[in-house]
Amino acid sequence: MAEETKTPSAPAASTGGEGRSEGRSEGRSDARGDRGDRGSRGPRPGGGPGGPREGGRKFFRRKKVCKFCVEKIEAVNYKDVRLLAQFVAESGKITPRRLTGVCTPHQRRLSKAIKQARNIALLPFAGRVQ
Amino acid sequence: MNRSYEVMFITRPDMAEEDLNKLISTLESSVTSAGGTAKSEVWGKRRLAYKVAKFHEGIFVLFIMGGTGSIVHEVERRLRVTEQVIKFITVRTDEELKRLDKIKKIRDARKKTSVATPAAPVTPEAGTEPAPTTA
Repeated sequence: MAEETKTPSAPAASTGGEGRSEGRSEGRSDARGDRGDRGSRGPRPGGGPGGPREGGRKFFRRKKVCKFCVEKIEAVNYKDVRLLAQFVAESGKITPRRLTGVCTPHQRRLSKAIKQARNIALLPFAGRVQ
Repeated sequence: MNRSYEVMFITRPDMAEEDLNKLISTLESSVTSAGGTAKSEVWGKRRLAYKVAKFHEGIFVLFIMGGTGSIVHEVERRLRVTEQVIKFITVRTDEELKRLDKIKKIRDARKKTSVATPAAPVTPEAGTEPAPTTA
């Protein structure tokens, strides 16, 4: 269970997912550099075992699951800072769904709650809480 | 139109407790006199995620109320006028609460049906179990 929650960063990082931040930086460099790499990412089945990528290496990818669906957390509230902070990168950005595995309806509520929490100074707009 | 809202506001960290209580009670009385319901929760001093009005921390207060939109208008006006309040946010909660209620109902119903089916064969055992204790 604990491993499952750790691994979601893997699909974004092409070289291997040690951490969430690593996955993010990888994604960013993709967007800046060769976009052809991005194209191959699109049609890939979400969370499914990935095909061979650059270097011919194959990665085993655990299926990502939505934390809110699994733990049956229905109330995504702006007051629950501890919960929301799990889905905010260190830079203060909302972590994309492809990294966290949150399902669309929950991501929608989550992003709304994060934005509300930012407005009342519970979460930072940029950077981490000092 | 009866709706429920919650207003969270932050006051300056150096605000005296009696002043805060006074502010809350005036807000509550203004809401109740307008025909609404009010409840408040003081979260206490907390660190702010970013600097607000040159403060790094503030006293957080959650003010839960029910009523019409004009009540919200009045409360927000009061908060804006009060200099001690450095930030506030109003969130409408009734639709979310309704949604959560609905989900809870569905889950309870499902639990009942799943419990009811195994309960039928269990009942004779349950009947025999308390018997020794009484005897």
